[in-house]
Amino acid sequence: MRTYTPYKYWFYLPTAVIYGVLFVIPTFASFYYSLTRWSLFESKFIGLENFKLFFSEPQLVKGFTNTLIFAFVTSGSKVVLGLMLAVLLTSRVIGRTYLRSVVFFPVLASTIGVGIMFTVLMNPERGLINGALSVIGIEGPGWLTDPKYALLSVALVDVWKGVGLATLIYIAGIVSIPREYLEAARVDGAGAWETFRRIVLPLSRPATVTVIILSLIGGLRSFELIWLMTRGGPGFTSDVIASVIYKQYQAGFYGLSTAGNVVLFLVVTAIILPLSWFLNRKEVDM
Amino acid sequence: MRFRPRTRGLAVAAACSLVLTACSAGSLGSSDDAGGSSVSITYLTGNQEQDLKEANQLVKDFTAKNPGITVKLESRPAGSEGDNIIKTRLSTGDMTDVFGYNTGSLFQAIAPQKNLVPIGDQPYIGDLDDNFKKTVTAGDQVYGVPSGGFMGGAVLYNIPVYTRLGLKVPTTWAEFMANNAKIKAAGIAPVIQTYGETWTSQLFVLGDFHNVAAAEPDFADKYTKNQVKYATSPTAVKGFEHTQQVHDQSYENKDFASAKLPDGLRMLAQGKGAHYPILTGVVNDMVATYPNAAKDVGLFALPGDDASTNGLTVWTPGGVYIPTSTTGDKLDAAKKFLAFIASPDGCKSLASAGVPTGPYAVKGCELPTDVPRAIKDMQPYLDKSGGSSLALEFVSPVKGPSLEQITVEVGSGIRKAKDGADRYDEDVKKQAQQLGLAGW
Repeated sequence: MRTYTPYKYWFYLPTAVIYGVLFVIPTFASFYYSLTRWSLFESKFIGLENFKLFFSEPQLVKGFTNTLIFAFVTSGSKVVLGLMLAVLLTSRVIGRTYLRSVVFFPVLASTIGVGIMFTVLMNPERGLINGALSVIGIEGPGWLTDPKYALLSVALVDVWKGVGLATLIYIAGIVSIPREYLEAARVDGAGAWETFRRIVLPLSRPATVTVIILSLIGGLRSFELIWLMTRGGPGFTSDVIASVIYKQYQAGFYGLSTAGNVVLFLVVTAIILPLSWFLNRKEVDM
Repeated sequence: MRFRPRTRGLAVAAACSLVLTACSAGSLGSSDDAGGSSVSITYLTGNQEQDLKEANQLVKDFTAKNPGITVKLESRPAGSEGDNIIKTRLSTGDMTDVFGYNTGSLFQAIAPQKNLVPIGDQPYIGDLDDNFKKTVTAGDQVYGVPSGGFMGGAVLYNIPVYTRLGLKVPTTWAEFMANNAKIKAAGIAPVIQTYGETWTSQLFVLGDFHNVAAAEPDFADKYTKNQVKYATSPTAVKGFEHTQQVHDQSYENKDFASAKLPDGLRMLAQGKGAHYPILTGVVNDMVATYPNAAKDVGLFALPGDDASTNGLTVWTPGGVYIPTSTTGDKLDAAKKFLAFIASPDGCKSLASAGVPTGPYAVKGCELPTDVPRAIKDMQPYLDKSGGSSLALEFVSPVKGPSLEQITVEVGSGIRKAKDGADRYDEDVKKQAQQLGLAGW
């Protein structure tokens, strides 16, 4: 017996065509082009050469480590800071609503604007940050020009910009914890740390899962801020996978950069899929 | 996954070029033809201030002579972003009727034989400079006319600093470094570097090519065939070593890591820095901002080992081309426009739009007499036989895209010279394979 569907097949056709032309064909085309040497004018099938070349890129190892460092540093900081800010902003602090919106504003601001602003602020000679530090007698580093700090400086800006969203998710999580639990804990003589450790932290686990996954994906595919602030520099020291691929694309190595995108797709899937499965399973168990 | 739109974006471009042949987003500039005998063509040029000024002036003077033709201007970003726009538009048949683009290795990368209209049969071809013609030739056909003057890749230096310290213009690297020591002792930054704009970091390598060619005359040829490499050629690797030495001796200005081109020009014009290895294309901007620089800033070629063969490395002007997608009346109008650019009137028009970057590549074009000192200093090198060579990128199609990042690393002490040269050799390999050259 055929299952009943409310729609005739023709009803699906327009979306199917759009989906096919804009999503299915390009996806398969990209798999094909990753196996070719492609100049936009012509393409030549070269098997897995691009992947071989991509993996032998000297920037690549640096790009991979930098991507992982960037993703884990930003994700970790957003979890810790977001949770702390959320605890503060769910307390009976004065002007709570206002403060909540203030922490969220950077999320709304354009990444480009934020990047340009911080590039100016972080200028080692004329920037406001080092200017302020010199008043109290500290000689600030070249935030974006010293290879030791460049990547972390960008990560710092990314955290500043993104922590509002993490805070918001945590606020929602903490507010939804029933007051009875907190009151019961107080009756049992739990102090502030105990309450946080035994009640708030475990019960905001779904929020933590969401924050980790969102910020990790964001960190792994991070590009705009890094490109805008350092262009992967100085030299190649703050390159991430996405900027390595972008530079290959800019240089006209279209087949090679398509291969890079296929690799990036697989890497992100390989990290996020098990992580999401693991975190969500724990949630069900609880 | 979230990043897929990027993959798709690229692939959509692919799908468009393949499946749909052309994503014609409103055929460019042709929608409002006035009919009758008037023709309208569109000219795509770079969006740098000087490019736009020159293009505007050319269009103005050209249309004054050819009232039946109107020319519309479109602009595109410079650098690799511009490269991609050019390639995408050519491959989708969306290119404007006339467009300006680089000569030499970048010109070879846009598949001229497939995408451009040859102009070898035009009467003015004989008037074009031979060196220039070579850089716009693919197969045995010429495809472009010069959209400006030659540029020198050399050291701009502050003359008052030199007079005050009693220095002589150096012709060898040793003399140059000796001058640097004295300049540093006087409390002035000897060598200005501006890694805030990475392209400016490449001159010690790229501008040294005359010295390489003087020592190894067949370097370019062998380089194209993958028979010599930067890291293993004792003369070619010097460029990287010089970049490193300047950093090792701390001869760079203090803010070299973050300074940008305008900062460098300011330091040079005000005598806070003595030397700036750069392209003469920046002289116009410098003189516009600091009028005194017209007489205070001079030029000398990058010094090598041998004073007797010291000479200037020269960049050819950009080219103006017609894509094969231009046909009919528009093609005729476009050819007229190119003929105008390649005539003495065209040079005059260019010269009235700003300070030239160097001598013109069209016979019968003279430099104005009041050009800044730095431009004038190029002439003796060009007049002397064997006193100048074209930069490597104009005599070989092989040029790696990452040189500027590599020279920033070498010049910042992140990477050693030899290692940088090795890395650059790896970098050019990809480019050579992409072009399908033999021997790679």
